[in-house]
Amino acid sequence: MSSDGEDYYYEDDYDEGSMDQDSPVSEGMSEPDIVYDVMSPTADEPAPKKPYDVSYKVRTLQEIINMQSKEVRKIQTLLEMPASTATILLRHYQWNSEKLQEQFWNDPAAALLSAGLSPPVSPSTRTGPLPPSPSLLISPRRPTRSSHNPALSPVKRSRAPQPSGPFECPVCCMEFAKEDVVKETFALGCRHRFCRGCWAEYLTGKIRSEGESSRIQCMESGCERIVREEIIDELVPAGVSKRYHNLLNMAFVADAPNLRWCPHPDCEYIIECTQAPPRMLNQLVPTVECNCGRQLCFGCGYLSSHRPVLCKIVRLWERKCADDSETANWLQANTKECSKCQSTIEKNGGCNHMTCKKCKYEFCWVCMGPWSEHGTSWYQCNRFDEKSGVNARDAQAKSRASLERYLHYFNRWANHEHSAKLDAEFYKNTEKKMEQMQNSGNLSWIEVQFAKQAVETVIKARITLKWSYCMAFYLKRNNMTELFEDNQRDLERAVENLGFALEQNIEPDSIAQLRQDITNQTAYVQKRHEILMDDTLKGYLERRWDFSVDI
Amino acid sequence: MSLPKRILKETERLLADSPPGITAAPKDDNLRHFDVTVAGPDSSPYQGGVFKLELFLPEEYPMNPPKVRFLTKVYHPNIDKLGRICLDILKDKWSPALQIRTVLLSIQALLGAPNPDDPLANDVAQHWKDDEKDAIAEAKRWTQQYAQ
Repeated sequence: MSSDGEDYYYEDDYDEGSMDQDSPVSEGMSEPDIVYDVMSPTADEPAPKKPYDVSYKVRTLQEIINMQSKEVRKIQTLLEMPASTATILLRHYQWNSEKLQEQFWNDPAAALLSAGLSPPVSPSTRTGPLPPSPSLLISPRRPTRSSHNPALSPVKRSRAPQPSGPFECPVCCMEFAKEDVVKETFALGCRHRFCRGCWAEYLTGKIRSEGESSRIQCMESGCERIVREEIIDELVPAGVSKRYHNLLNMAFVADAPNLRWCPHPDCEYIIECTQAPPRMLNQLVPTVECNCGRQLCFGCGYLSSHRPVLCKIVRLWERKCADDSETANWLQANTKECSKCQSTIEKNGGCNHMTCKKCKYEFCWVCMGPWSEHGTSWYQCNRFDEKSGVNARDAQAKSRASLERYLHYFNRWANHEHSAKLDAEFYKNTEKKMEQMQNSGNLSWIEVQFAKQAVETVIKARITLKWSYCMAFYLKRNNMTELFEDNQRDLERAVENLGFALEQNIEPDSIAQLRQDITNQTAYVQKRHEILMDDTLKGYLERRWDFSVDI
Repeated sequence: MSLPKRILKETERLLADSPPGITAAPKDDNLRHFDVTVAGPDSSPYQGGVFKLELFLPEEYPMNPPKVRFLTKVYHPNIDKLGRICLDILKDKWSPALQIRTVLLSIQALLGAPNPDDPLANDVAQHWKDDEKDAIAEAKRWTQQYAQ
């Protein structure tokens, strides 16, 4: 089987001995150098793994590169092919080596062809400059299989014949003397020869402007042969080559369901987690902590923890807030709905006799009842309790209620976020004060750490509380939801109390008492926080939560 | 500013030996800007018509494709009201090895083979799909009216 595919193996105008055997990414990097257990539990967090936690590892870019070489070596050995061929195949199959093997064993030729490892086509027969190529019109020429061409078999040994005379680059029309052809021009295994200057310009354009990496094809129209890594590195300037490799690594991480870049700015770590595939995200909130010290959600790439809320709900909520919140606030304050068609109406002047622009319903702005019942008491409504007026207000109340409900949750969600920021700022002042006390008084460093810990606890709890309001918005009303809200209320109360205690003036003589108080409250908040988190996240696994939206 | 050798050569060749039914000549004031005419292909609704186009070679040519636009009104699912053309080699399938000549031949071929499944002018494409006969008749009328 492999001999069938052999004809398609990569064969470019290069000295292959060194290139095909040595994978470019594997050189010199021996694996023992790598510390895989980056995520060793830190001393202050020996917390045993909870059923809703995921295990993960934080990888460096070098480890990601090594992972790729490892895959390449595996395929290289299994399918008995050069590393560069294996690399191109893997990239084409988005690093899914099972799928690659399956397709390859099914039909090696087709697998190679679809990955852009086209068989060599006949050498370009450019005799004159710029030959018209009618076969290129509309449908690109498909490289034809020429595996039985004796000149090309065995491919590994064959050399692209060098042009015998002077050469004119079909792209820039520069001429090259016979002796310069090897030095100044280049052709892939498909024998489409162009000058190195044009190659460099073409490849740089693909990489810099189009952001392409693994799918850069030969410059010839319709030729699908992939330009391999070593060739690109040789032909383009170093800066472009660096960008190219970045793009390749980005594509690798993007293609791998178990990898995700840390989304925080200036962080180059990659998180590896196999326990949170998309299908699990309706019962898991895979919050992880990167080595840069910041948290993220492995499921959706959210920039901080959004526990205890599921990724999908977060997305719904964010979209809703982006569309609605400010508009909703304004509507709430400035408008009423037409009693008949529920269009939102702003009254910006004039009398109380309103005519809905949409449904032409005439009503009174004061009592919201139909205008027809107002008889002659125009412009002055004293009919507040008339039945039709009451009905109209009821209908309006309903549509208001859903808006109010949303605003209730939104305001609390936004408040906790805001408060968490204020807490952080407030602590900066406290910290200074603490330092002063430490310097002047007889307090040790360890004795003033309690405030720092308390603030951190408050901030963490506030973030959870914030998301708990998003969660509550989407929960259906039932007993479980009430339990959730009890937990939420208890944590909220504890947090507010602790927050209040933190804002007390710290005086040297009362500090011992204050410290005791704050330390106790901090422990209590931590406990309540833990309970809320534990109960909610376990609830997903037990399928206890009933949402008003489909998860 | 002097023109790259590639453009000079192409121009020279286009002027000396243009493909059948196609003319292309650079403007006097801008040698990157070509006046083009394409004859409607035989046995197509555009037969007998002569279509004017403009073609511009951007600074990056041949790394980037030329910009081509019909100046004559054409009733065609892949050509819109402004004369813009939906053709893969003018976009993502561009290769620096393609030339003005091949581009124009492709455009001529596109006139002979409309593709309503990949439309630029949606109403025309719909017409083509709903009632191809009537659409072709319309294309012929336009050719009579505008492309003589």
